Amino acid sequence: MSSLRIFYTRHSDRIFWAGLCALTLVAAVLSLGIGSVELKPGEVFDALTGRDTDSTAARIVLYSRLPRTCAAMLAGAALAVSGAIIQTVLDNPLASPSVIGVNSGAGLAVALVCAAAPSAQQYTPFAAFGGALAGVFLVAGLSRHAGASRMTVILAGVAISALFGAGIDMAVTLVPDALGGVTDFRIGGFTGVTMARLAPAAGLIAVSLGATLSLSQQMEILALGSDTAQSLGLSVGPVRFILLVLAAALAGATVSFCGLMGFVGLIVPHTMRRLRGDGSLSLLLSSVLGGAFFVAVSDLLARVLFSPFELPVGILLAFAGAPFFLGLLFRQRGGSV
Amino acid sequence: MIRLNRLCAGYFGKPVIREITMEFLPGKVTVLLGPNGSGKSTVLKAALGLLPRMGGEILYDGVDIRQLKPRQIAQKAALLVQSRNIPSIQALRLVLHGRFPYLTYPRHYSGKDYAIAHDAMEATGSRQHENAKVGQLSGGQRQGVYLAMALAQDTQTVFMDEPTTYLDIRRQFQTMETARSLAGEGKAVVLILHDICLALREADRIAVFQEGRLLCLDQPEAVCKSGILEQVFQVGVYSAQTPHGTQYYCVPGQYPAQGSYECPNA
Repeated sequence: MSSLRIFYTRHSDRIFWAGLCALTLVAAVLSLGIGSVELKPGEVFDALTGRDTDSTAARIVLYSRLPRTCAAMLAGAALAVSGAIIQTVLDNPLASPSVIGVNSGAGLAVALVCAAAPSAQQYTPFAAFGGALAGVFLVAGLSRHAGASRMTVILAGVAISALFGAGIDMAVTLVPDALGGVTDFRIGGFTGVTMARLAPAAGLIAVSLGATLSLSQQMEILALGSDTAQSLGLSVGPVRFILLVLAAALAGATVSFCGLMGFVGLIVPHTMRRLRGDGSLSLLLSSVLGGAFFVAVSDLLARVLFSPFELPVGILLAFAGAPFFLGLLFRQRGGSV
Repeated sequence: MIRLNRLCAGYFGKPVIREITMEFLPGKVTVLLGPNGSGKSTVLKAALGLLPRMGGEILYDGVDIRQLKPRQIAQKAALLVQSRNIPSIQALRLVLHGRFPYLTYPRHYSGKDYAIAHDAMEATGSRQHENAKVGQLSGGQRQGVYLAMALAQDTQTVFMDEPTTYLDIRRQFQTMETARSLAGEGKAVVLILHDICLALREADRIAVFQEGRLLCLDQPEAVCKSGILEQVFQVGVYSAQTPHGTQYYCVPGQYPAQGSYECPNA
């Protein structure tokens, strides 16, 4: 049970996990209760438990707030874990699904499916998975190429990202209605998300999260560097491949329902690593909770800051994330990247 | 025991080492010497199966490496790498990962693994750092922790790629002492060093590499007398009897004509 010891040995650990769970829960409750129409906790509770299904309050909770809260938390958890995986596998602290073109690969796939076959919308998570895979393996292939420094990999990711972005723009220009069902696609947001739209993506995310958690020990060995990992008997090639597929599935599924949401996959794993630094299982679990919390709170702010106007949450994330990325860049420059 | 037989290996389809034939003898400290880029690290990585083999064979106790799983190789040979990552975990946890090759489902380290990890940290003088994060340690302390991980792997052969580089002199000597005591336990210890004098003084056998070939494999005195080091490094290498035993020293630019000594290979 030694790998579970991290959860209860030290007092500070218990406080950390209890605090993180509580914060996430509070964010969920607030996200359900606060918005353009203020709801009382009792009304939210009645709607969730099925005691009230007909009132306006119940309809708002069940058909607007609940899908939206679920979407925000799922997206946050999935993108944060995807970022944690990509940073470990590429051994590159600056990498994340949005930075290296994984999100935009998924976005391009979604745009193409919506443009070519508007009736096949339920398949978008899987198309997005394919697009994300293309992005992740392009960059992983480049990073294995001889002499590619960490900075080169990031710049290559930026270029690939721009390329996919141009593809999205072209699809949207030629078929203007393509992404009509997904508002704010290029910025990232949760307006108009429904449970039906969320369900297939949620399934893919749940399976991928489970698989990633089961590989946490292999991921921790991989973080020691590929030579050390291999000399410890880890089959580095296959493990890397599987982890990258999982990262693509997580990011792709997320993009399929909320568009190109940036920076979550960068900020959350970094913050959690800084706060805990306790191995991969701990990093992954805290990224799940931290990501859900961060995006839920950001989405809440996006709804209430300029009420009654609503910002796409991607704008808030960019305002928070871009300075964070710059800070990281300058710190790494002074350091060892 | 690991035996290389006419081994060729390299990166991206280009061979770096050619026709290397040597054995890593148990109970001996073998030091690989050679200029930068002469293929020393490549020999270590190839011997562990970390690089594609381009010819020849690698035998672990007579068994071809191709018939062994990564886990089985990891139970026979450990590697202290040259450039070490700084994972965000505690030192003890890093050392415990030396037990990874022995883990079976459900992959939890046992009390025995903890005991072995503690002993390994004791042996490298890093026990007091076990609760520190690896990133908070100094370079020397981190090296001690990584060395402890290799020891926890409990293998018959231990490879160390430049274990003394960037260390202060006391830690260099401590590292050599650890290497000697591992050999005393009957392990085959293989080190890459850049300090010729340290190598000649501490090694049981010296292997000299140049441009991907093994030129010479013999006892330190014989290698020193042979003049091969002068030829390869373009410096004078001399020995002197001192109150502290035979000591070696290098002199820039004064390399005498090659001696008549024939340097045997493995």
